[in-house]
Amino acid sequence: MLAWTIYLSFGGALLIAFFAQGRPQLARWLALLTAVGGLVIAGCAFFTQAGMTPIADAAWIPAMGIRFTLSADGISRVLVLLTGFASVAGVLFSWNIDHRVNEFFGFYLALIGGVYGVFLSADLFLFFVFYEIAIVPKYFLIAIWGSTRREYGAMKLALYSFIGSAMVLVGLLAAYAVSGGHSLNLATLQQYPFPVSFQMWAFPLVFLGFAILAGMWPLHTWAPTGHVAAPTAASMLLAGVVMKLGAYGCLRVAMTLFPHGLDPWGWSFLGIGSWRTLFALLAVIGIVYGAAVALIQNDFKFVIGYSSVSHMGLVLLGLMTLSQIGLDGAVLQMFSHGILAGLLFATVGRIVYERTHTRDLTALSQMHLSRTLPFAAWLFVLAGMASMGLPGFSGFIAELQVLIGAWTSFPVFTIIAGVGIVVGVAYTWRAMQKAFFSESSAIESAVASSVPTEHTYEPITWAEKTGVILLLAASLAVGLAPRLLLDQITPAVLALPHTLLTGGRP
Amino acid sequence: MNAYGNLLSILWPESILEIASLAILVADLGFMRRASSAARMRVASLLGTMGVLISVAWLMAHTGVTAVMGGALVTNSSVVAAQVGILILTALVLLLGVSVRFTRNPGEYVALVLLATTGMLLVAAARDLLIIFVALELLSLSLYVLSAFSKDSAASAEAALKYYLFGGMSAAFMLFGFSYLYGITGTTNLNAIAASLTLAPLTPITLVALVLVAVGLGFKVAAVPFHLWAPDTYLGAPTPVAALIASGSKVASFAILIAVTAALAPAWGWTETLLWMAGASIVLGNLSALVQSSVRRILAYSAIAHAGYMLLGIAAHTIASNQAVLIYALTYALTTVGAFGVVAIVERDAGSDRLDAFAGLSARNPLLAATLLVFLLSLAGIPPLVGFWVKFQMFAAVLRAPLAASWGIGMVILAIAGSAVSLYYYLQVLKRAWVTPALVSSKLAVPRQELVLLVLVAIAVVLLGIFPSLLLQWIPLV
Repeated sequence: MLAWTIYLSFGGALLIAFFAQGRPQLARWLALLTAVGGLVIAGCAFFTQAGMTPIADAAWIPAMGIRFTLSADGISRVLVLLTGFASVAGVLFSWNIDHRVNEFFGFYLALIGGVYGVFLSADLFLFFVFYEIAIVPKYFLIAIWGSTRREYGAMKLALYSFIGSAMVLVGLLAAYAVSGGHSLNLATLQQYPFPVSFQMWAFPLVFLGFAILAGMWPLHTWAPTGHVAAPTAASMLLAGVVMKLGAYGCLRVAMTLFPHGLDPWGWSFLGIGSWRTLFALLAVIGIVYGAAVALIQNDFKFVIGYSSVSHMGLVLLGLMTLSQIGLDGAVLQMFSHGILAGLLFATVGRIVYERTHTRDLTALSQMHLSRTLPFAAWLFVLAGMASMGLPGFSGFIAELQVLIGAWTSFPVFTIIAGVGIVVGVAYTWRAMQKAFFSESSAIESAVASSVPTEHTYEPITWAEKTGVILLLAASLAVGLAPRLLLDQITPAVLALPHTLLTGGRP
Repeated sequence: MNAYGNLLSILWPESILEIASLAILVADLGFMRRASSAARMRVASLLGTMGVLISVAWLMAHTGVTAVMGGALVTNSSVVAAQVGILILTALVLLLGVSVRFTRNPGEYVALVLLATTGMLLVAAARDLLIIFVALELLSLSLYVLSAFSKDSAASAEAALKYYLFGGMSAAFMLFGFSYLYGITGTTNLNAIAASLTLAPLTPITLVALVLVAVGLGFKVAAVPFHLWAPDTYLGAPTPVAALIASGSKVASFAILIAVTAALAPAWGWTETLLWMAGASIVLGNLSALVQSSVRRILAYSAIAHAGYMLLGIAAHTIASNQAVLIYALTYALTTVGAFGVVAIVERDAGSDRLDAFAGLSARNPLLAATLLVFLLSLAGIPPLVGFWVKFQMFAAVLRAPLAASWGIGMVILAIAGSAVSLYYYLQVLKRAWVTPALVSSKLAVPRQELVLLVLVAIAVVLLGIFPSLLLQWIPLV
């Protein structure tokens, strides 16, 4: 059933690209229909299936032992559901795009199809095919429909992604050759006893390749520029889903295939004695650095862009805890950040920017948006609260789990990450205050109250309201009843290789 | 049947091409003198295509393993695959070139293209040093003349002169190398040379012979450091000729390189030479392409880089890697012919092949821009296009080759890094076509048959990428 999310998206992309030329309204509705179809399928699968379910298996390239194998476990289903939410919301928030509409939704749905494919592939070749399919649409989405320095941002993002996937490809080819070239099935390769010395270099190569897309410091620099340059829907997808591709690859491919790559090296430098510690350190630096940089940005979208780096740091830290609760937290954080980053980018890039035509915080602070655009203001309050980890929203439980998991392995890192989360409160507060509730010029405007400086913005459209409600509801539901997701995630995490749950001990 | 009977029977495809080229000359010079140049071009191209297709039909009907003249010429499934591929590429070049105006002598042009194709077929089948040399010269001489065929264009003359000077020089080197090989082994047959080199001790003379042969073949595949002709020839030659040089000629050269490697790999130094050429081609080709502003030159440098990747497969020298190289060469050539087809159309409209000439192509002709997208992304190696699959297959074969145990992973990393770099320059072209607004707002009209042909090629590139098993079945392991 879930396979139809992929077919539907690609089919919709082709349909819109070829048959909706010059008919923007048709393109929009087709795209919405496709995305909703994907979400419905993802939702049905999420609520009806449990455990590891095979979806499709057919011979593809028998000579190389490559099969078209799709399967889903709890982690896949959670992320597929996230993709469903993000894609529907993305279509809704791009309703106002009126330039080359059919191409926009064609590229958009192709990207979505690739993302679904990655989350569902059980054959590494297939996984990689879908992973790379997702690169090209991103480039065009940003370069054609983007804003600030779009061509630079798009090219940077495409090259970073491609270099990351090149690293992954080297690792996959090597794994394929070392295991005898019989199969690229993930489960089969997982059984193969790769030599530890091989895992020691293949693991970091593949992990870093994926981590580029997950926005790991110091390879994160594509993320803020890319997010800022992208049109709203693409930022939502990039931060919401595409960065999850990287984190998912780290977990599903790098860590599962080469678990011994996480073992200690046997020597240590400055207290770093394994790839695990090194990557945990980079993750923690990412958390603090992202938050600190977000604190001083003057472009509203850059604040959100760097907050993504910070939040993805938590995901990576969760992965490196090698404990059930930490991995649970990491997957939960992927979902939570996917929803919340989407919401924040929608607020900033669509609801505010499309009306005020500026994202400069200083300029916004003159506009009294809390009065002229109360919907946006209160939405950002809610989304910001959720993003800084207020109980009741999805972010809280995810961060809590990651930190608990990290505490046993990396107490010092955990404290530093906690500091990063506090800085997270600060930058959200600052951005919120500056953009919406600034009183700095209140006196001036009171003095010059005769001058009608406040002008009215066009009303919030139905598409925006629907998208907001969808995303907020998802975040609230998970925040109030995390078991909804955890019931899916935990069995899948427990099915991972044993050493990933025990801090690397056999 | 006697030896000559055998020879004739195995050479039917070549003979058909020769007959077709004579027929075209007769038709064009005898009956079409009064007709308009466009009509003459159409007739000549169609006749040429028919000859090519008959030749394909003959090859399809006569598969099987044979060897004549003591193994000087062979046919087996991979030779036939290469020959059929070359013929199809030639047909595409002829059909896509129908409306390119560069010559007043269409009959001679098509006849020479068929002669060049004859050379390619012979090259692919030859397993004897003398035949290899003669066939390569037939191919090269035809291509020299063809490069200069645009008589009004100084660039065309320059391209031909560069191609000729480099080609003549490297052919001389190669012949010199062949004579040493003959001196060392006492035979011109590749199998016998392989057997003899396995036993022979390594001498400086052997090494000299190997390097000299590498010069000649390195020139044909445009590998660094024998690549200098490629950018200028690709730029100056008439578009169909550039496409032919980039496609059929490449396939033939790689086919013979595989056969020669089978003979020379036992001697120390051959693999090493190939690897040096491969590494240099990957690095230099990709880096030079980054700064080009002419799309033809981008394609030329990308051809150099692709030659580098393929040389890795040749150096690995296993059955699987040879198969992978042949598939790579064929699909690469197909994609390049498509890319040149788009370049020719844009060039005819804008009068230049600069990057800016492609601005706004997606608005001016969406379908054409879509085919360009498919071709260039396939060259960059993006799935699900065939360019990705062939890279994957070849690098996997290289990593599994026993010969490549010491260098495989290092060279594969270099190659994959190179192809990551290559995305940048392909995107430079695609950025003009899809992102930059058009300088001219008028639609770009394309003759229907050309558009149909390009769309078919693009569909083939996509389908072969999604179902690579088709390729693997067509070119079985031998």
